[in-house]
Order: sequence, then structure tokens, then C-alpha cells
Amino acid sequence: MNKPLRHVWLVVGVLFVLLFGSTTYFQVIDAKSLNANSHNYRTVYAQYDRHRGPIVVGGEPIAESHATDDAYGYQRTYDPGSLYAPITGYYSVQYGFSGLEKSLNDTLSGESDALFYQRLTDTISGRDPQGATVALTIDPDAQEAAAKALQGRRGAAVALDPETGKVLAMVSAPSYDPNTLATHSAKKAEAAWSELNDDPDRPLSNRAIAGDLYPPGSTFKLIVASAALDSGDYTKDTKIPGPGSFTLPDTQSTLYNHPNQGNTACGADDSSTLSEALQQSCNTSFAKLGIELGQDAVRKKAQEFGFGDRLEIPLSVTPSSMGDDLNDAQLATSSIGQYEDRVTPLQMAMVASAMDNDGKVMTPQLVDEVRTRDQSVISSFSAEQYSQPLSASNAAQMREMMVSTVEDGTGTAAKIDGVEVGGKTGTAEWGDGRTPHSWFVGYADSGDKKVAVAVVVEEGGYGADVAAPIARDVMKAVVSQ
Amino acid sequence: MVTVVSYTARPRRVLQALLLLIAAGLGVLTYALVGLGRHGEIPDALPAVAIGAGVIVLVLQIAVMWRAPYADPVILPIAVLLNGIGVAMIFSYDTAVTKYIGTTASYASRQQLWTVIGAILAVVVLLVIRDHRILRRYMWIFAVSGAVLLLLPLVPFLTDEQYGSKIWIRIAGYSFQPAELAKICIAIFFAGYLVSRRDTLALAGPKVLGIHLPRWSDFGPILAAWAFCIAILVFETDLGTALMFFGLFVAMLYVATDRLSWLVIGAVMFVPPAIFAATLLGHVRTRFTCWLDPLSSENYGACEQIARGLFGMASGGLVGKGPGGGRPDMVPFGHSDFIYSTLAEELGMVGAFAVLLLYILLVQRAMRAAVGISDGFGTLLAAGLGFVLALQVFVVVGGITRVIPLTGLTLPFLASGGSSLVCNWIIVALLVRMSDAARRPAARRLDGEGSPARRQKLSKDAEDPQRAQEAMS
Repeated sequence: MNKPLRHVWLVVGVLFVLLFGSTTYFQVIDAKSLNANSHNYRTVYAQYDRHRGPIVVGGEPIAESHATDDAYGYQRTYDPGSLYAPITGYYSVQYGFSGLEKSLNDTLSGESDALFYQRLTDTISGRDPQGATVALTIDPDAQEAAAKALQGRRGAAVALDPETGKVLAMVSAPSYDPNTLATHSAKKAEAAWSELNDDPDRPLSNRAIAGDLYPPGSTFKLIVASAALDSGDYTKDTKIPGPGSFTLPDTQSTLYNHPNQGNTACGADDSSTLSEALQQSCNTSFAKLGIELGQDAVRKKAQEFGFGDRLEIPLSVTPSSMGDDLNDAQLATSSIGQYEDRVTPLQMAMVASAMDNDGKVMTPQLVDEVRTRDQSVISSFSAEQYSQPLSASNAAQMREMMVSTVEDGTGTAAKIDGVEVGGKTGTAEWGDGRTPHSWFVGYADSGDKKVAVAVVVEEGGYGADVAAPIARDVMKAVVSQ
Repeated sequence: MVTVVSYTARPRRVLQALLLLIAAGLGVLTYALVGLGRHGEIPDALPAVAIGAGVIVLVLQIAVMWRAPYADPVILPIAVLLNGIGVAMIFSYDTAVTKYIGTTASYASRQQLWTVIGAILAVVVLLVIRDHRILRRYMWIFAVSGAVLLLLPLVPFLTDEQYGSKIWIRIAGYSFQPAELAKICIAIFFAGYLVSRRDTLALAGPKVLGIHLPRWSDFGPILAAWAFCIAILVFETDLGTALMFFGLFVAMLYVATDRLSWLVIGAVMFVPPAIFAATLLGHVRTRFTCWLDPLSSENYGACEQIARGLFGMASGGLVGKGPGGGRPDMVPFGHSDFIYSTLAEELGMVGAFAVLLLYILLVQRAMRAAVGISDGFGTLLAAGLGFVLALQVFVVVGGITRVIPLTGLTLPFLASGGSSLVCNWIIVALLVRMSDAARRPAARRLDGEGSPARRQKLSKDAEDPQRAQEAMS
């Protein structure tokens, strides 16, 4: 019976060779695609089982990871929770991640190429690898002031350092507590998620850079005024027509000089200087000025300020826009920040910052420094000029006009004693019968401290009444330090 | 085959003792490493486990020295090592469940208890069955017991249908897989039956397509065995059990008769019912779908188990996550049906290969005993038990790694489950007993029940050990 035994043994051998082959296939050859399979939860766990670096503001961590004893290894916590939520975003097991947690995922998790050397030394020294620390440009005082001022409202505030482009504050209200989404308890996260998504005030959307965008209202007049100065045909003292009402070209519609069909003319003889028109926010003056300049000039100026460009700060900023192929009537309403003009508060803060920086727009940035856990710096902040929409002298004229707007125009509520404050209010119509959005765009300059802000309050009413005081609080937090 | 074992009478008890110690030590070490890997601390039960393993090894060694001094020194250490790795992997599953899911699982301690029972039963078998040929006398009792055991899951109040297959019974709250015990009974019966009928079965019948078919009159028992397996397939809807028994029968028939036609007939006869099951039985059909394409979106829901097993293996990679470093809780039945996936994840491809090699070695020792033993019954039984072990490993691991459709069998010695573990210890005890008979110098002087030709051959082998070894190589 030895021959059949040998054959049986051969069959056993063949069977086991198949097993060796299949084991090799699934463990080594096909392992990569199996690990990447969308059904494979292990990959998700592996991702969360990483010691993520903290996000730091003013030397204090606002988001950090703590070791846990559950499936995910580390729990992300946010302190204070809702204050920085629009910036940090959330890091949720169920719902993925958003904000900087998403934009800087590679850096925070330690995966980025810049951290290769760090990973290598961690591996060699046998240390548990840890992601990099990300320090933000945010000024905690400005952020708190903005959040406090916007409390109970829907809106957003952005503060920039005009000279560097550092984002000093970025608040979107209402905010949310990212801890409720970062929790590893599926039940709690689900409850929080559906509550946040069902909330008509949409707390998860970052209104400062990526909400539905807002019509800029009268704040857009800053761009039209800039275009006018830049054309060389106007100075701040040039007389421009500003009747009480203006029938839009080729239409039956009447544009009134002021909201609520206010048809007071901008000055005697239905005309005023450019400066006065801005100061009183005369609609007809800027509608006519826009038509006079032409849509190409206005659009070009808007683009120089950043319209149409998707910035990564590294949060992705939705591009601001104005309509295309406008007829004169559309151009007229576009010139007063209506029609299809849609802007982010960040964009408007950039507009204001150019005035206080000799006409130059700096690229807005949120990240001040990236460090390894050994405190060696991987990358640090360097200011970059984004564009120069205005000459220094034109910027100075814009400043004068904006200061006069705050001193004795619509923006008096933004005044800060002993500090140069310039700005422009806006009251943006956005729907029939709805209270308009309230805007303030401006800057404060105390000599050594500068700040540019944009504040929008949804359905806030007059910009002069609602947005301006909020902007003052934010600016004060920066310049009074 | 190069091996230190020769046919001169050398008990090799010291070698066995050494190997047993190494095997138990490796098992206990893996157990400790699981605790370290999962929680960073040595498990509390480690001293108890180490002492338990030491006692089991000691008792086994004494039993062998006392009652089977010439036994193959490698068989028991392999069993101990596989059992030990199994317990460690089940412990890893338990700790993973506790850590990540938060519920407590105590499969490992239950498995330890069953290990003790299994080892005791193995010793009892060694002490009670002094000569394996005794078993042949009771072959019809074994036949009936085997058949009854196999059909037990069909008894309405005993049946415990799990995941579509009725291969479990439930008595007083305990689940039991009767096929495991039936496997031994049936192997004994086949060996007894075939050794007495081999001469008639080997007679040539009509020649079809160049193959000598057996005589029509000899088809009776084959048809009976075939029908039995089909009944299992259809009524218990488990392809694996059916495949295992039919494979066992065909392999033993082939060894007994040395007729290739039996292999061909066996293969041909198994294909139609397998196709029938695959196309008409919903449960088996799902298994086939999941075999061919478990990862596509439309199949994933039904095939999540096998997909998750593959994910586990892929996460292990070449060298594994380390004991206690994997996520066996993420694989359904990571402690029992899918323990291979747990093993492959934590010990990597390297560890999985090592375990497969241990199985090969165990099967090889069984075949070695089959060659060396002097009676036909012993040869058939040892070969049958060895082959069924190999086949079972193939069906289980092949099912997990998509060589064949997934079935409900468990991996011998590794998987959590009392019935399987105890039965495998009995099989190992029988192999030890038969290897003792094969290597015992006196065994060759006793004329066994083998055929004259066999005796003649054996006496030649006895004169020329080299030749006997070549027969296996």
C-alpha cells in the first residue's frame, strides 16, 4: 500500500501548496488593495489610532489628542470647543473631518513628506510616532471679542493683519462644539450630527470663508471707488452725480439713493464729491460711477482684490464673484453690491486691508508655524504679497474717505478713541421682504498695531447699527493690546 | 525523506520530552505576548496557564513512556504547540473584544479547560487501547455510531442551526459538532471494512476510457457512502462536512485498493451534487457567490464575513501585527471558524506558514506510521486519519483564503470549540498508538492482519531501513 500512500501524500502536498499560495496572495500580493478597500474599517481605525499633533493658538492647545483605551487609540478634544470650531473643524470617527483637521491632515497626523525625517527618527528610537504641532496666527483676544460680539446672531467676522496677511480672527456664528462630533460614542456623535444638520441656522457652515456667500451691499462701493481712483480720472474730491433716484438704463426700475426708497440727493445740484458719496453711501452716485467706469474696470479691480480666486489659507476659501456680461442696469446694481455680487467676509477684509497697507493685499494665512514635537520648526510664517490693486497714494485717499465715513458718515459706531479707524458700512438686500444683511468693512491703525476687519450679520438691518459696533469690538481687541 | 527516526528500535523519549517542553513553552510565551501586546502587561492567569501546560506535558510524557514507549516523538509536541498557539490566539480575540467592544469574552479559558479534557482523553485512549487492532473488532459499532452522530443534527429537538448549516447539536445548553467525533468512527469503520474487502474491490471490472472500473457488484458500499454524504450536503447543507467525509472515503478506498479508478469515480460522483447544491440550495449558493466575488458592493453585505477575514489577513502582512497587536474582534468568529485570519493577522504570513507546516508535519507523521505499521487496518486508519486532518485544514483555510467556498468546519487544534479539540486529541492519541506499533521492534515479529504480500514487504523493509524510508520519500 506504499504507492497509493505516496499518492495521497502527493495530494496533501498539492492541497497545502494551494494554501501557501492563497495565503501569500491575500497577505502580501493583494494586501494593498484590501487595505484600501472602502469596506475595510481597519484602515479607518488605523487612521484614528495615530497620535495627532495639537493645534495651538497663543501658546495654548485648542485641539489635542489624548490616548484612550478604546478601539481608536486616541481621542481628539477641543478646548474651548465652539470658539475655534470654524477654524479647527472636527475630527470625527463617524463623519470624517473638516476645517484644518482636514486641510492639514497630513501634517497633524505626521504623514506629510516634510515630516519624513521625524518619522524616521521616531521609528529608529522606537518612540510612538506623533504628528506635528500647528500654531495659528489667530489672536485669541480678537477671536474672543468677535465671538462674543456675534453671540446670538447669525453672521461672521474676519480680522486680518494688513501688513502680513495673518488671520487674527475668524468667527462664524452660530458655532458648534466639535467635541460632540469627535466623541467615539457613535450614539452621541449621531445625535449631535443630526441636531447640527437639522439646525436651520446651519452651525456647521463656515460663514467667514465658505458659507453661501453674501451680497456685499454698500461695502462693494470701496471696490468701485478704488477702480475710480485707479482710472486716473478721479480723486476723492472729484464731483460725481448723485440724484435722489435713478431709473436704471433700459428698465422701468428705479434705484433710490438710500434704503427704504430714501430719495434724498447726495448733495446740492444732485452731485457730491466721491468722498462725500462714500461717506453717505449714496447708491445713485456709485451706480452711475460704475456705469461710467465700465464693467471691465470694476471687475478687474475686484479681481485684483481677490475675486474669482480660490485661496487656500490652508482652509479652502470660496471665490467671491460678480456677475458676468452685465448690461448697464445690472452693472449699476452690481456697483452697489447687489445683483449677482457674492462675497466672503474674508474677501471684504482683504479689501479693507489693502487700504491700510499702501494698496497692497497680503495673502491671508492661518498657520504661523509647524513644529515637530521636539520643537524643531518645519515651516514658519512668511508674509506674501497677493496683489497691489491700488497705488500707495490712492490707498491713502481711500483711507481718508473711509476715515471720514467713520468720523461723520454712516460708520460712526465703529469709532475707537485715539485710534485711526476707517470703514464702510453696508446694508445688503437679499430677498423680498427680508431684513437686509448688515455689513461693516474697515480697518483700525494705532500706529504700531493694525487690523482690517469684515463683519456681516445676517438679517441684521442697518450696517451702521449692527455690524459697525461688532467690528469696533474686534478692532479694539487688537489695537488696544 | 531525511529524518532522525529510523526503524531500529529507539524510543526517543528524551527527544519527545524536549520537544514537548519547547512546544508548551512556545505556547505559554505566545500567550504572555498577547497580554503584553494588548494591554502592555503580562496576563494574570499566566502562572496558572504555565503550570497547567507543564502538567499536561508531563502527564502526556509519562503516559507515552509507560504505554507507548516507541511512539513517534514528534506527534504530541506538534499537537501541544498547535493547541497552545490556538489558546493564545483565542485569548487575543478575547482581549480584543474586551478592549475594543467592551463586552467580556472568555473563549480562551473555556478552550484551556477543553485542552485539559482533551489531553486526559488522549491519555485514556493510550491507556485503554493497548493495541489499535482491537478497534477493528468493533467496526460495525463504530459504523452505526458514526452514522447516528452524523444524522443527529437532523433530529428536530437537538438541531442547532447556525448560519444556514445544520451541523451542530445542542444538548443541555452545550453546542456540539457531532461530525468531529463521527469522523473518527467513520475512519475506523472504513479502515476495518476496506481491509477485509480490498481484494474484491481491487478486482477489475469493465474498462471504460482506459480506466479499469470496479465490478458493478462492488459499487454498493461506495454508493451507500456517497448517498450518505449527499444526505449531509442536502439536509445539513454543509459542503465542507460532505466534502471531508467523501474525501476520506475515496482516499482510503484508493489506499486500500491501489486503483486510480476509485479516485476518478469519486471525483466524478461528487461534482453533480456539489453543482446541485451550489445552484439550488440558497445557503450554499451564497457561499459560492462569496467564494467567487466577496468584495463587490452588491455581494458585500452577504459576504462580509469572508471579506473581513481577508481584511484581517491583509492587515497582518508579511510579519504580522504581533501577538495581541491585531484586531481579531473585527472578524466575525475570529476565535473559531476564522481563527486562521486572526493567526495570519497577528503572526503574519510567516506565522501562518509555520502553522501550515506544523499540520504538514503532523500529516507526514501519520503517513509515516501508516507506512511503518504491519497490519493493513493500521495502515488504512493512520492514513485515513492523517488525510482527513489534511483535508480539514484545506477545507477551512481554503475556505477563508478563497481557494474553495467557505464551509462550517473548524481548524484542528486551533479553533475554539470543545468537540473539535477533544476529537483531535483522540485522533492524535490514536496516531501515537499506531506510530508506537509501527516503530516497536516486537510489532514486526507479531504477524498482524495484513496480507501475505504486505508481510513479505515489511520483512524486507525490516532488513533494509533505508528502503523503508525511501518508500515514504
